Amino acid sequence: MQSSQQTVETMKFSIERSELLKALGHVQNVVERRNTIPILSNVLISADDKGLTLVATDLDIEISETAPANVTGPGQVTAPAHTLYDIARKLPDGAEVAFAIGGDGRLDVDAGRSHFTLPLLPPADFPAMTADDFTHSFTMSAEQLIRLIDRTKFAISTEETRYYLNGIYMHASGDVLRCVATDGHRLALADTDLPKGASGLPGVIIPRKTVAELRRLLDGGHDIVDISVSDAKIRFAIGSAVLTSKLIDGTFPSYDRVIPKDNPRRLKLDNNAFARAVDRVATISAEKSRSVKLTLSEDTLSLAVNNPETGMAHEDLMVDYNDGPLEIGFNAKYLLDVTGQITGEDALVELADAASPALVRDPKDERALFVLMPLRV
Amino acid sequence: MAELKGYCRDCEALLAQAGPCPHCGSQRQIRHAEIDSLSIAHVDCDAFFCSVEKRDNPKLADHPVIVGGGKRGVVAAACYNARVYGVRSAMPMFKALKLCPHAVVIRGNHGKYSAEGRRIKAMMSDLTPLVQPLSIDEAFLDLTGTQRLHSAPPAVMLMRLQKRVLDEIGVTVSVGLSCNKFLAKTASDLDKPNGFAMIGQAEALDFLADKPVQFIFGVGPSFARSLNKSGLYTIADIRRMGDKAMATKFGEGGLRLARLSRAEDNRPVKVDSERKSCSAETTFNTDISDPDQLLDKLWYVAQKTADHAKALGIAGTVVTLKLKSKDFKSITRRRTLSSPTQLADVIFKTCEPLLRAEATGGAYRLIGAGISGLTAPAGDAMDWLDPAAAKRAQAERASDKARDKFGKGAVMKGRELKLRSRGNKTASPTDKDAPVKPKPELRSRGMKGLPLDPAQRRSAGMKDHKAADNPHTPGQD
Repeated sequence: MQSSQQTVETMKFSIERSELLKALGHVQNVVERRNTIPILSNVLISADDKGLTLVATDLDIEISETAPANVTGPGQVTAPAHTLYDIARKLPDGAEVAFAIGGDGRLDVDAGRSHFTLPLLPPADFPAMTADDFTHSFTMSAEQLIRLIDRTKFAISTEETRYYLNGIYMHASGDVLRCVATDGHRLALADTDLPKGASGLPGVIIPRKTVAELRRLLDGGHDIVDISVSDAKIRFAIGSAVLTSKLIDGTFPSYDRVIPKDNPRRLKLDNNAFARAVDRVATISAEKSRSVKLTLSEDTLSLAVNNPETGMAHEDLMVDYNDGPLEIGFNAKYLLDVTGQITGEDALVELADAASPALVRDPKDERALFVLMPLRV
Repeated sequence: MAELKGYCRDCEALLAQAGPCPHCGSQRQIRHAEIDSLSIAHVDCDAFFCSVEKRDNPKLADHPVIVGGGKRGVVAAACYNARVYGVRSAMPMFKALKLCPHAVVIRGNHGKYSAEGRRIKAMMSDLTPLVQPLSIDEAFLDLTGTQRLHSAPPAVMLMRLQKRVLDEIGVTVSVGLSCNKFLAKTASDLDKPNGFAMIGQAEALDFLADKPVQFIFGVGPSFARSLNKSGLYTIADIRRMGDKAMATKFGEGGLRLARLSRAEDNRPVKVDSERKSCSAETTFNTDISDPDQLLDKLWYVAQKTADHAKALGIAGTVVTLKLKSKDFKSITRRRTLSSPTQLADVIFKTCEPLLRAEATGGAYRLIGAGISGLTAPAGDAMDWLDPAAAKRAQAERASDKARDKFGKGAVMKGRELKLRSRGNKTASPTDKDAPVKPKPELRSRGMKGLPLDPAQRRSAGMKDHKAADNPHTPGQD
């Protein structure tokens, strides 16, 4: 305690406001708004000759970030993360922000004529995430990782009872790196070339919150992501930020059996026109149910919503289809989620019957696919 | 007071003078300054279930009668003889019997009561189309503008309704007549049984002023406590607070109270009151702690809820499990589904883990299951992780058809059979090992009504006992 008291009292550094804002912006989001354990509201600030390091955690995810700073006295403290972030946000652009420990043991933050004093908690109490032995390490392009996440994250389940579905399942499958997410009612899958070092990668389930944090970090404009995986943790290093997260400890279901292999009825439709039509007829659909009935006949797709309380809606769409008539129901929200993933003009839909899963493909991105379970009306 | 305008309750004669009715000499009169302008009524049957039982068994007339469930249930209705001893509805039966040990307890026949309730409702509908039932035996009536149609003011029509219900159904009703729902409901309580009370606009404020806050319908003990804590004891206290302060302090309910304290209630009499949930519950004969037995009971309430939801054509996205422990502590646990359901299977499967988490040794006296977040049914969402669910859903739909046609016992799960075979004898953990025999009546019914081959039997949701005793939990692979 005595030694940490010493370092606290001597810590002193200054940093450019935009560097501080960027670094805090990366870490503060992981800090929960309400915490029963006070120190979890704080960010760990370490200043040494390499510059400034910030660490924030919610006990499941830890994000650390380094930033260049002019350190005149090394030391370590923890201070309220959201307050600090809000201060950085409100300071004028280009301001030099000076941090020092005051005589009362509190953190003095000075920028121009602004002065703040913040309470501190001892850094020794800050829960550091234990470093695992990472068994697999590989590097991939940020662009590809963004694509894998964006194609799949919408299908992540929020049902707590199926905790093993509350994330994206990432694994090596032959010569591809594959991400899958499902909630039982729909499934999304995206592949990319297997990066060097990822072969034999065991399946890991990356929690939803981690996916969201990772996605934010990926917006930072860096090209490369270093990924390390152990049994229980995954680590992403993007530029100066490092995100370490626990993995979901569960078994992802063998999803292969739900992907239709040879659905005979093939339908090609204008994705945008279809999405707009679904959105229009769903106006009528009760908010919680959102069921849309699709009726297929030669070259025509009819969308219908019929709700005894809220009314009915109907719309016809010209499509490329020449198989027998078929009537099938879907959740409008799920349809819209999938149409939102199609990058090209057209979408390909493969159907079997009213009680079998439908397969949706994007002709512009053949390494992604989507499965929708119908509603049995 | 005596010179107020009024009517004779026996011969409907218009009374302009004080004293007994000049036509029939009756002292039973209703008089009020605003008697011809009040048109919102609350009609409430007096000790309805008991009155029906006494009608059907005149020997009970002078006895205290309680209608309610078993020795573990609660008082559904207590006649006025029983109320003398302090028995109130919703009181636990054991407490009621402590107060009034010689009471005649009748299990009750809800089919009969609701049939009579419907007949009374039909009579109300002859007065006005604006009838809002609050329960099986009480309703609001809006008689505004009916005077010309009936050639009689609302007060007279309501007296006729009282008489007609007594003549044709054989039970008494009490009427509260006023200018809004709040005052009408308040009035109907003033002169029970077989009463007729009026509260006019002019007297309402004075009448309410010194009444305690609990007097307002909807202010229960806990709301009253928090009002008291803020120094609000009487309705006049609330009135002094004003709208803004009440709303800030107590939210929407506070604003409502502020308005009611000034006798302002602009809620219309609505023919269809909006349903917010659909649920069923059952109280056990003896407390149960065994998880398997609780699951059997859970199936029973899940199915009842599902039957009701299907009959109403509604589905819900939120499934709630309710448990009441042996020391009367209620707990509810809820889960939100990704799509609405009205299936017993889904309600059961959703509640099952919630129940298992609570059934860790403690004894429970009641279990309930319900759905809320209601919407029109959207079809059964298929789940590839639980492919058996689609089959079970189909089976449930098929068995619903059979149960519709041949009665509720035509098709049942092993669980239900188990419950029935336990019957009224005390359920003990050893029961589940006992061989399960369908009641002969049920079996013959099934045979006669449903000449199904084994394959059809299976698709109709009939499971053998083993399967029902060991429900497999798919989707955990």
